[in-house]
Amino acid sequence: MSEAAAEKLKGTSLWQDAWRRLLMNKLAVLGIIVLGVMILLVTFGPLVLRWLTGVTPDHIPAEKELLKSFPPSFEHPMGTDEQGRDIFARVLQGGRISLAVGLISTIVSLLVGVSYGAIAGYLGGRIDNVMMRIVDIIYAIPYILIVIVLLSVFGGPNTQVLVAALPAIVIGLLVGVVGVLIAVNLYRRLFGEGVAADVADGAKRFTVGLLLFAAVLVLIGIAAYAVVQTGFGSSVATKYGDAVSLGMSQIFLLFFALGLVSWLTMARVVRGQILSLRNEEFVTAARASGVSTPGIIFRHLVPNALGPVIVYATLTVPSVMLSEAFLSYLGLGVQAPYASWGSLAADGIKNIAIFPWQLIFPGVTMALTLFSLNFVGDGLRDALDPQTRKF
Amino acid sequence: MTTNGTILSVNDLKTYFQTEDGVVKAVDGISFELKKGETLGIVGESGSGKSVTNLSVMRLIPEPPGKIVGGEIIFDGIDVRGLSIDGVRKIRGRRMAMIFQDPMTSLNPFLKISTQLMEVTQLHLGHSKQQAREHALNMLKTVGIPEAHERIDNYPHEFSGGMRQRVMIAMALSCDPELLIADEPTTALDVTIQAQILELIKDLRTRMGTSVILITHDLGVVAGMTDKIIVMYAGKVFEQAPTRELFAIPANPYTKGLLKSVPDPAHEQGKELYQIPGLPPDVARLPPGCPFAERCYRAEDICRTEFPPFVRINAEHSSLCHFAAEVYAESKQEAAKK
Repeated sequence: MSEAAAEKLKGTSLWQDAWRRLLMNKLAVLGIIVLGVMILLVTFGPLVLRWLTGVTPDHIPAEKELLKSFPPSFEHPMGTDEQGRDIFARVLQGGRISLAVGLISTIVSLLVGVSYGAIAGYLGGRIDNVMMRIVDIIYAIPYILIVIVLLSVFGGPNTQVLVAALPAIVIGLLVGVVGVLIAVNLYRRLFGEGVAADVADGAKRFTVGLLLFAAVLVLIGIAAYAVVQTGFGSSVATKYGDAVSLGMSQIFLLFFALGLVSWLTMARVVRGQILSLRNEEFVTAARASGVSTPGIIFRHLVPNALGPVIVYATLTVPSVMLSEAFLSYLGLGVQAPYASWGSLAADGIKNIAIFPWQLIFPGVTMALTLFSLNFVGDGLRDALDPQTRKF
Repeated sequence: MTTNGTILSVNDLKTYFQTEDGVVKAVDGISFELKKGETLGIVGESGSGKSVTNLSVMRLIPEPPGKIVGGEIIFDGIDVRGLSIDGVRKIRGRRMAMIFQDPMTSLNPFLKISTQLMEVTQLHLGHSKQQAREHALNMLKTVGIPEAHERIDNYPHEFSGGMRQRVMIAMALSCDPELLIADEPTTALDVTIQAQILELIKDLRTRMGTSVILITHDLGVVAGMTDKIIVMYAGKVFEQAPTRELFAIPANPYTKGLLKSVPDPAHEQGKELYQIPGLPPDVARLPPGCPFAERCYRAEDICRTEFPPFVRINAEHSSLCHFAAEVYAESKQEAAKK
């Protein structure tokens, strides 16, 4: 701690300390600024541009002679593509989707990954084993495969199926979660804590557990079936199915698919942290004062693991954005008339020899954003984990 | 089951740990009784089972690998072993509380002192935020934190070790528990701070009428504070006696050894301090006889082959030794000489 900070009468919290260290890192500050500007541009840019010049990202000029790719000019600062659309407007529009993909997947990874990892890490033992093996299994499936399957099954005209299935899925999930909670409680009432005394007792517990598990599965089935039977699903589908356009459904599926895989590493990171924290004395102290298990996990443990979580989250954003670009480049992700930085680059690379600006501008914008994100992530890591600091 | 005035009675408690080396009998048949308002000292070397005994009472044994395999723990008429986990949670912090050895690590570094203090009363006494905060402030004042209203929103790292231990005590006593377990509360502190903390516990004990179990390996700490003492070794009670009698007339060679190892500034100047030879045994592989036989000054053949009996010397004094009566007589003579 510097002397100035020590002299201050008002104490500094760990967060304030970290914030101070972050601001001392020039690259990270630069990253924050670039990122801030980029977010503002992407959020308000398309609106302002439309208001000022009337240019929209999917505007194709009516005049035949304008239907070709112009180099950058005052009118079109990044030029136009071969259909005469303004690339600047398209880059701004594409940034929305690219950043949204990054953010949404990261939020999913935070919500799911952190709770999953924390629960597995704190409970430990067999539960931890099962939970982490599930993660391993999902890890083992290449995410490209998941995305391709999802997009080909639910993408395009099949979106209605997905929308119709949603109510059943959501209600099934709810019933499942509540059912599992009740089942676990019942099991605990019956057998209490601890392990079986002998083989017969173990067999009895196993049977009861199996029956409870089956009961929950049946309940989920009944609930889902009921939803389907009442026609709730199909009515939702006819109501909202058409509202979801084809291009949008692709984008949503992309969010979903990337969210599905992005939480895995986060769960592992958090579990590792919690494993080393759960034996700390303050956890025993919290238990000794009667704090419940969820209270210990989410009030006492998770905040302590937040440093690595934040760092990892900031590094997840660029990696997910890169995946999105990659998928869009393959034609699996965002498709025209929507644009993302990845799909713009994919379009641009076809004409790289003749119209280099079609690739350069989206590419540079994306690179700039990714660099900033990585700098911020690195800066945060140094700031939150002082042991790795070089100075 | 409520015996008059008894707050805690532990009968033949056995807590074992399953390890790769086999079953470790960390606590093997411990019995004791604590009356309301009394202070019990538990003394022993590292690994003798002191902490495990008390973690068992709080049902805080990590399970697996640990498990309470036998005996009973009766807290104010409640069978603690038979309680559900929710039942135990209602008692923990509310009716029995614990202070830990290292105040540096027993407070959550990421939460404000106020948050940690308020959590307990909000949980157990149903306090609103406002009430809990006021209560926390009062508790901090009670344990002698200067300028409590300014310090309450500090983080643990802004407190010194002694202050943190005071905060821990404040937290433990927040709900006015009937039983306070202090697990080596002063081991990690400076000698001067040690005295202050002990004085504080002593003072609060008399003011709030709390029964206290004081675990320590420092005989000096228990001497001035406790009503009776249990000496533990290798998961067993070796001697149990009222404090005064234990110090004056120990009836167990191990206790005698411990007492001789306490530096005494008045005597033996220039002489080397006595120490018990050898090391505590591996609890996973205990010899058939007395676990202390290898280190004992008066061990005989019987000590190595037969487990010693728990000899009752008088109503309140018992000792686990083949020669308890002889050792007692010996000590009595020595005491008379002085």
